[in-house]
Amino acid sequence: MIEAELSRSVARWCPGATGVTGAAKLSGGASQETWRFDIVHPDGPIGAILRRSPKGYGAAPTRAAGLGAEAQLMQLAYEAGVPSPRVMHVLTPEDELGTGFIMQRVEGETIARKILRDEEYAAARPLLARQIGGILAGLHRLPQDKLPALRSRGATQEIGEFERDYRSLNWPKPVFELALRWLRDHDPGPAAETTLVHGDFRNGNLIIGSDGVRAVLDWELAHLGDPMEDLGWVCVNSWRFGEIDKPVGGFGTREELFAGYEAAGRKVDPARVKFWEVMGTLRWGIMCGGMMQRFREGPDHSMERAMIGRRASETEIDLLRLLAPRGS
Amino acid sequence: MQDEPTPIELTKAVADFLRSDITPLISGHQAFKLRVAINILELVTRQLTREKESDAAEVERLRALLGIDGSVTELNRALAERIAQGEVDLTTPGLAEHLWATTMDKLAVDQPNYASYKRELSRGG
Repeated sequence: MIEAELSRSVARWCPGATGVTGAAKLSGGASQETWRFDIVHPDGPIGAILRRSPKGYGAAPTRAAGLGAEAQLMQLAYEAGVPSPRVMHVLTPEDELGTGFIMQRVEGETIARKILRDEEYAAARPLLARQIGGILAGLHRLPQDKLPALRSRGATQEIGEFERDYRSLNWPKPVFELALRWLRDHDPGPAAETTLVHGDFRNGNLIIGSDGVRAVLDWELAHLGDPMEDLGWVCVNSWRFGEIDKPVGGFGTREELFAGYEAAGRKVDPARVKFWEVMGTLRWGIMCGGMMQRFREGPDHSMERAMIGRRASETEIDLLRLLAPRGS
Repeated sequence: MQDEPTPIELTKAVADFLRSDITPLISGHQAFKLRVAINILELVTRQLTREKESDAAEVERLRALLGIDGSVTELNRALAERIAQGEVDLTTPGLAEHLWATTMDKLAVDQPNYASYKRELSRGG
């Protein structure tokens, strides 16, 4: 079992550790293999998380920054005061756990629907949109000379890449074609400033407590690009989990998000944010198509993956609501 | 002609069995997977119930829009190409209405509880 490998691993890099207990695979994130466990230590148990290379899950290899880069980014964020777990160990071949890393466990909730419904988070919810603005501003200010090697993507390249992904699915979808046309017609061109972009900053990838955001997770799609991309992605309707009148993750308004971002000393370009919201909606739709394809062709023939393929139509209605809204 | 019960009735019977008899027996990740399985059967039931009629209506609209005949797949491919070429866009009479009607029919099968769908349905379908 995985506890044997983990016990051998922690004994090598965690002084005093005598083993691990309570290893359990978390079903939360659909795009990663994540385990929780406790390190047995004379000073008391240390809560830890293993994040390791997925099998058949995750972003297409060309888009992912790699778990090594992810570990580096989380550590940089942690040091800069952006809410992030502390990275404890980057896996080596002798760990026999695959590739990935082990980080300190941050207690809190990641399941978006619970965060949006449970009483425990009721006091935090109205503050989150603004807080997220401040966190994104901090993230976009991480020192570029310390970042790992990351791909660089602007709006024009992204449109081209999504179009290629979509065409490779051989899945004729008139609404997606319409969105691609709109994106080309509204391509804002190169950003005034290129920064680190998290790439998957949304409700579901944040650890939330009763006091607000405690950690930003899932850095695997980090890249260099237009910082407005993160502001647009966090507003994509798929991440509002039913709270469709609160664009920022189902928590609050764009105005609150923008105010938090600007209060932290960075400038918002709302037209670019809208562009990236449309792009993000299409992006998730094409990813749903990718899930369908991987379900068909293997290696993951799971029901969950099959059903995500059937969620592309959710992005079609959201694209129509953005691009061809009907009178109320 | 095949015998009865119909595929819709059979699929429903399996979903009912899983929901009523099996759900109380399992927990954890397996329970999550069971919910997914039941959701799949319910989706299949909705599709079997609605697809014939919605496809026929879609083909009618596509014929009018494109001025050609074909299967629902062929006509969708043709429309996708025309939008990609810029020959058809939101200023084309009937396009927005067609895309809305088609998308609403898909959501009715895929995810009738999706909040955007329920909002648009409350506007009158």
